[in-house]
Amino acid sequence: MDVILFLVFAVIAVVCAINVVVQTHPISSAISLVGVMGSLAVLYLLLGAEFLAAAQVIVYAGAIMVLFVFVIMLLNAGAETRKGRSLLVQLLGVPLLVAFLGLMAYFVQRLYPQSTSVHFGGFTKGGAKEIGRALFTTYLLPFEVTSILILIAIVGAIVLARKEGD
Amino acid sequence: MLTAVPISWFLTLSAVLFALGVAGFLFRRNVITVFMSIELMLNAVNLSFITFSYHRQEVNGHLYAFFVMVVAAAEAAVGLAIILTIFKNRGTLNIDEIDSMKK
Amino acid sequence: MDSFIVISLIKVVVVFAVLMTTLAYLQWVERKVIAHIQVRPGPYRVGPHGLLQPLADVVKLITKEDMLPPYVNKPLYLLAPFLAITMSLLSISVIPFGPEIEVAGHRTYMQLTDLNIGVLFVLAVSAMGVYGIALAGWSSNNKYALLGGLRSSAQMISYELPLSLAIAAPLLLSNTLSLRELVNSQAGGIWHWNVLHGPFPQIFSFIIFLIAGFAETNRVPFDLPEAENELVAGFHTEYSSMKFASFFMAEYANMITVSCMATLLFLGGWVAPWPAEYGSSFVPAAVFAFAGLMALYHGANPGRRRDRYTLPVFGVVFLIIAAIFLLPMVQSWLAPLFWFCAKTGGILFTFMWIRGTLPRFRYDQLMGFTWKFLFPVAMVNLLVTGFLVALRP
Repeated sequence: MDVILFLVFAVIAVVCAINVVVQTHPISSAISLVGVMGSLAVLYLLLGAEFLAAAQVIVYAGAIMVLFVFVIMLLNAGAETRKGRSLLVQLLGVPLLVAFLGLMAYFVQRLYPQSTSVHFGGFTKGGAKEIGRALFTTYLLPFEVTSILILIAIVGAIVLARKEGD
Repeated sequence: MLTAVPISWFLTLSAVLFALGVAGFLFRRNVITVFMSIELMLNAVNLSFITFSYHRQEVNGHLYAFFVMVVAAAEAAVGLAIILTIFKNRGTLNIDEIDSMKK
Repeated sequence: MDSFIVISLIKVVVVFAVLMTTLAYLQWVERKVIAHIQVRPGPYRVGPHGLLQPLADVVKLITKEDMLPPYVNKPLYLLAPFLAITMSLLSISVIPFGPEIEVAGHRTYMQLTDLNIGVLFVLAVSAMGVYGIALAGWSSNNKYALLGGLRSSAQMISYELPLSLAIAAPLLLSNTLSLRELVNSQAGGIWHWNVLHGPFPQIFSFIIFLIAGFAETNRVPFDLPEAENELVAGFHTEYSSMKFASFFMAEYANMITVSCMATLLFLGGWVAPWPAEYGSSFVPAAVFAFAGLMALYHGANPGRRRDRYTLPVFGVVFLIIAAIFLLPMVQSWLAPLFWFCAKTGGILFTFMWIRGTLPRFRYDQLMGFTWKFLFPVAMVNLLVTGFLVALRP
């Protein structure tokens, strides 16, 4: 049951990720990226990370990607035209990518053959209580620093997107 | 027959998503699509963090993934504001044409 | 394992059937309430007191011509209403309607599933609901629809912030994210409900939650994105027949979700105002008996001639329901269900009451209201709640 769930959502994630890279119009890429994030949220649930699955949907898929979709709709720049690339890039691009992938997969298989198996209930410390406890004790300094970072980002975004002459 | 998912499958999925993000980052010409490939790479890394947190049975990996999410949100906000300004000034979203600071 | 699947399937079918009927009749109730606020009768021709009006509306919407305009972006055009209705119905799956019941020897909760992150699940699903509206506006290839879609999405995202902060405050009092545990922590009577209990009664959180809930569901006074006299029909201009009906159903389902969440977070869910030992289980029977007697009295000297036949029938039906509430066998789960529905119905009535009373905000007033007033007030409320909870011995 867990294996079927993993396979279904892993395939959905990979297909949507390929769609992100292949589609010409940015809005189709954005919707496919939302699909990737949704299926990753399900995989986080399989790994026992309940709070992070909810945070992934609320923050990433529900706020950051909405921002992307807004900007694409506002700019309305249209689909990308495919200009000619050099022959070297076209010949070597996909095989190099597959080689990179194969190398990483080989290393992963060598280091983690069959040691741990993931099933529902294998990790129970991913709830809001444990994350909250760790966030406010061990990781308090990064927490405060990221709050300042978000403030900087808000001020920066407002300054950049302001109309001229204000 | 398998009853549980071996952990290497999760790591392989993370590698595949990361490689697709790199491909999008290097091969696409639209600056918003390049930005979305960066987000795809960050998601793949998040999956890795949470997988290793399961492997070691501790919650620190979740915290790292949480901070990656927060920083990605701040970066997306500022990055998209920069893209809006570039479009307003140059009129194009093709990164081949936005390759110098001088217009 | 098998009985779990069978029981879950039965629960899904029951909840879905009740929800769909409620959605249809909620529209009837809204039209009647707004009509009586505006001193006019409302629908009264189709069936007794207009009760078959929803059926007529469903038939009309299904048999209308389902156009697919050639200038729209087809995949996104078809995806948008699907996303809207799916996300609205998904959040009902974690709402608990009552305590544990026992049916034919199997004990089960009156809830489809109890997640330990129930509150976060509802927030996540409502965050995804923004996509339905944004994509509907974009794919329609129409200036008014795009403007309505963008405005509505910006409004929904802006009001998610005070909504989340207003949800966080009673969670500090109840110490749990699971919706069932939330209600269990408010057990014992009206003084234990989160709106009146604890070191800091959550009245401000309740008001902020309701205001943000009005904006999240695009209801008056925040319904400029779909205002008829400003923007043609907003983001659903280009939709017809069943796709239009999906947006409509999604709006009412969102309303039901917001009312249920307000009941669970602030008003104690299915907990009666005073404990059952002191007779609160007889209140439902008393309410229905009173309604039945009123209907019979007005049926004796009716205002309209046809009411001589319809009102006594309603009177008898209400008296039968009152008698059912007195049966000791079903009282243990029927009385809490009555309290939950009464509280949710009260909040839904408030939605309709405000729709009939207030004018709508202009868009810049709307956005200024959330960023300059509601969000700081929600933050201060959360700070004060947290401070007082931390000082509790």
